[in-house]
Amino acid sequence: MSALLANARVVAELGRRSVRQTARRPQLASPLVIFPTLLLAVQVGGAGRAVDLPQFPEVNGFLDFMLAGAMVQACLMAGNSGAIAFAIDMEMGFTDRLMAAPISRFAIVLGRLAGTAMLGAFLAVYFIALGLIFGAEIQEGVLGAIWIVVVVAGSAVAFGAIGVSIALRTGTASVVQGLFPLLFVILFLSNAFFPTNLLLEPSATVAEYNPLSFIVDGLREPIVAGFSATDSLAALASVAGFTALGLALCAAAIRARAMRGG
Amino acid sequence: MPAIETEALAREFEGGIKAVDGVDLEVAEGEIYGFLGPNGAGKTTTVRMLTTLLRPTDGRARVAGYDVVEEAPQVRRSIGVALQEAALDPLMTGRELILLQAALHAVPRDRATALASSLLEWVGLTRAADRRVGTYSGGMRRRLDLASALVHSPRVLFLDEPTTGLDPVSRQAIWREVENLNREGTTIFLTTQYLEEADQLADRVGIISAGRLVAEGTPAALKAQVGRPHLEVSLADEDGQHAEEVLARFGKPLPARDGKLLVQLEHGASEVAPVVRALDEAGLAVESLDLVQPTLDDVFVAKTGQHLEGDEDTGEQEALPEAEPAE
Repeated sequence: MSALLANARVVAELGRRSVRQTARRPQLASPLVIFPTLLLAVQVGGAGRAVDLPQFPEVNGFLDFMLAGAMVQACLMAGNSGAIAFAIDMEMGFTDRLMAAPISRFAIVLGRLAGTAMLGAFLAVYFIALGLIFGAEIQEGVLGAIWIVVVVAGSAVAFGAIGVSIALRTGTASVVQGLFPLLFVILFLSNAFFPTNLLLEPSATVAEYNPLSFIVDGLREPIVAGFSATDSLAALASVAGFTALGLALCAAAIRARAMRGG
Repeated sequence: MPAIETEALAREFEGGIKAVDGVDLEVAEGEIYGFLGPNGAGKTTTVRMLTTLLRPTDGRARVAGYDVVEEAPQVRRSIGVALQEAALDPLMTGRELILLQAALHAVPRDRATALASSLLEWVGLTRAADRRVGTYSGGMRRRLDLASALVHSPRVLFLDEPTTGLDPVSRQAIWREVENLNREGTTIFLTTQYLEEADQLADRVGIISAGRLVAEGTPAALKAQVGRPHLEVSLADEDGQHAEEVLARFGKPLPARDGKLLVQLEHGASEVAPVVRALDEAGLAVESLDLVQPTLDDVFVAKTGQHLEGDEDTGEQEALPEAEPAE
């Protein structure tokens, strides 16, 4: 078996393990569904008349507008949850078992991220289904739904990679868990829950350049209006940028870890 | 070619802490090498370097003929590793863990399933194979860990404190499995803090203290270095001085301990019967008489001035509240 195929098999096996782990540890998986759903329900129920504001983008309903934000919130949490699970593996020594095997150490990271991608895809399907049940419409139809699943899964991988790099650096789940509030702040400084043009300064400027806003736009447009080449490309670039950054940080952390051990 | 060979192997951590300080080892193919030392002596750090999990800061090491730094992938292909505390995912089943381990070592899928079943049977976990590891007892976890280290038939097996915290029955089960593996030709590098374990299993023992190898040899040779056996005599009456005079004819008197008179026998165990006769002829009633052979702890004391930690734990039961009865 070639080294590439052997590593691909390891990534698939570790991805499968990651999915099983999530399913078998409901206390980790359930918040990913429950919290974004609750926030979505509270915002749609409480601020639904925001669509009547002057200059609010033309949408079918506030739920249609909010779905993208809920999905980005969920995939941020999925990435963070995957990174916490990775750190727990390190704390209990399971990662040593993997690192003592004749595989690329990067395959261990990719295996975890494969599981995170599956979790992201599941969350995207869940929010699409939830939206459709409660009256939202996806203007771009099935193709738009597939695009959303792909972008959400990719975003979960991107955020997961950054989290895993921190897990590799610190080796402690509590530090990775501590990132969560920061992720929330960054999310609220984007256009996830309110249109940029209605935000006050300096929030509007921050949201305009916040890379999360590009991902939100890339998910929102197929729902509320239809594909926009500019928004889609910006979303892809943002996901790719986060992923590249995360993987580069992981590679550096693996090298550093090999030197210092532990 | 030795299975394991190190030259001045050293590992210094941040802050100048030397966990391993110039260790020279040579372990022959097919040998069980016991690496004995108290907690914090440098056993685990040495194993982590030999298994490529940690780079040495000085010196060099070869395992199965490969350099642990320059040829780390080849080393990993040749070794099996069961690390301290059996690092197992409690959410996986035993079978899932073996199958994952098979994937890590590129065992073909069609062979992996049959191999998992046979390994689980070998360690007596067939009935528990599809239960989550979180429900296993400590002994079952160790046996599963051992089985998982064997999926690729490694030439060299590293066992880092494989029985720490186990009850005596589980400990004996692990020992039997280690002996069986060794009979099949696997070289075993075993770290332990238990004297009995090193004595029972190891062909040769290396004693490490504060990062340095302080003694090495077969258990018998090491004990012989320390001295001859001694006799502990407890008398029914109080005529200690008279008894001391009698015992002194047979060897060097040692300081009394717990009311017992001690004498290091000049000519070893063959003098036990003459001692008994001499005490009887002197009209001294003996309450108890024990011939005490030197132990590896005596070797450790002689080399370092300290006793090994942890040996008192030998009979302790592990505390695993979630554990179910072992098979």
